[in-house]
Amino acid sequence: MNENDCLLSVKQLEKRYGPHIGCQDVSFDLYPGEVMGIVGESGSGKSTLLNCMAGHLKPDTGEVVFNTRTEGLRDTVTMSEPERRLLSRTDWAFIHQHARDGLRMGVSAGGNVGERMMAVGARHYGDIRRTAEDWLERVEIDTSRIDDRPATFSGGMQQRLQIARNLVTQPRLIFMDEPTGGLDVSVQARLLDLLRSLVRDMNLSVIIVTHDLAVVRLLADRLMVMKSGQVVEQGLTDQVLDDPQHAYTQLLVSSVLHV
Amino acid sequence: MNNEAYNFAYLDEQTKRMIRRALLKAVAIPGYQVPFASREMPMPYGWGTGGVQVSAAILTPDDRLKVIDQGADDTTNAVSIRSFFKRTAGVQTTTATSEATVIQTRHRIPEVPLTEKQTLVYQVPIPEPLRFLEPRESETRKMHSLEEYGLMHVKLYEDIARHGHIATSYAYPVSVEERYIMDPSPIPKFDNPKLSQNAALQLFGAGREQRIYALPPYTKVVSLDFDDHPFEASKANHVCALCGAEHSYLDEVIVDDEGNRMFVCSDTDYCESRRAQGLTGKSAA
Repeated sequence: MNENDCLLSVKQLEKRYGPHIGCQDVSFDLYPGEVMGIVGESGSGKSTLLNCMAGHLKPDTGEVVFNTRTEGLRDTVTMSEPERRLLSRTDWAFIHQHARDGLRMGVSAGGNVGERMMAVGARHYGDIRRTAEDWLERVEIDTSRIDDRPATFSGGMQQRLQIARNLVTQPRLIFMDEPTGGLDVSVQARLLDLLRSLVRDMNLSVIIVTHDLAVVRLLADRLMVMKSGQVVEQGLTDQVLDDPQHAYTQLLVSSVLHV
Repeated sequence: MNNEAYNFAYLDEQTKRMIRRALLKAVAIPGYQVPFASREMPMPYGWGTGGVQVSAAILTPDDRLKVIDQGADDTTNAVSIRSFFKRTAGVQTTTATSEATVIQTRHRIPEVPLTEKQTLVYQVPIPEPLRFLEPRESETRKMHSLEEYGLMHVKLYEDIARHGHIATSYAYPVSVEERYIMDPSPIPKFDNPKLSQNAALQLFGAGREQRIYALPPYTKVVSLDFDDHPFEASKANHVCALCGAEHSYLDEVIVDDEGNRMFVCSDTDYCESRRAQGLTGKSAA
């Protein structure tokens, strides 16, 4: 794999729900180490787009080409299901808005972090536990909580645990669906701080869907604005937010409350 | 109503044929759970309706049947199923492991090694080893077909994290021929090594869950474990109080209300035949 090659290339992606448009005519390239933000109001097709890219939904037309470690560029839409599922537990990660969707609530924090390792063949309990402890530390969870179930954790801790669980196998591409939604602002700030440092340290590529412009301002290098299933504007984050061209983006930017 | 009112071994021929088809498929794919159209049996679910249907489908008039429940030939479940087949199939019955051709079992494998001429039929309450980790049947089937078994080790991990060792002591998950992960029914893990390379045909029937699976003779079966926490076939650290056996699986029996207890072989036939040979333990009376 060449350093300059793009990691993910989306071409003419379209998903319809009967006569309704989920998302339409979406194309972009994502390069290693890049963070791409997708913003838009509720129902604008952000989550549909994300789920199509992550393989949770099957798009009607278009390609999602991923640069795999072993075989180079592969279209994940036409790839066989076992291959896609393998990808989604090794090179990909998906952070759900609600940590409960991404965690096993009946399994301890350590087991949650260890699951992906065991899924790719780790069979040494001591190693699994050490790695789990290491990751809990990295996401600022006290290692004494390793045997507690996530149900006893606060919302912010659950979200950080979900991040640890996903990053433990060193994925290269992370999909995030409103990772800060539903958290109070101080917890949000801490989580964003953590995410930013992890992205920089591990040179992660991220596609982050949110309706919170502050989140993309802080995290994203590039920004895509969606409305009614279409991309209405895309460019560098600061450029789009400071000098919005499309009427909808202008509305979005001017709607943000300033304290 | 006389016994002639029943077809041989209770089930009608078409049903037996359907079950035999499922059995053939199960034998062809060791460890794979084959769905079958489980019938209502004249006993409640949980009493061994799956095992009874499998036994009914494979019994021939020349067979000699043994039924054990937790190793014992004389408990309600074993006695009723034995008399059920005695009445509906007219087959001979026995309590001696070595004399039986078909052994229906609940939760044990007999201590005496089985031979190629014998078939062991297990009663299975929950055939899906991943059930309590992943409640969606659609998802567990997919996990089986794609061999995604990381989750099974999460259960063992949780055991060690909570108890310091693998505390699962029965229904201990096994890997069959390095392919399917299988629930060996709630046999104690002491019996797990006997699943592997066994000369007898082993058939598993789950009536309520409508699944049949099988281990053909001499199938490789490995109990799951971690490199640093290897599988251990454990039993109570005692000898049988009646026959003095050191290497058989023991039941703990509370004998009074002053905390006294004794350990006896769970396999009653094994214990009795040892005593018949004159071997005794410390409380043999």
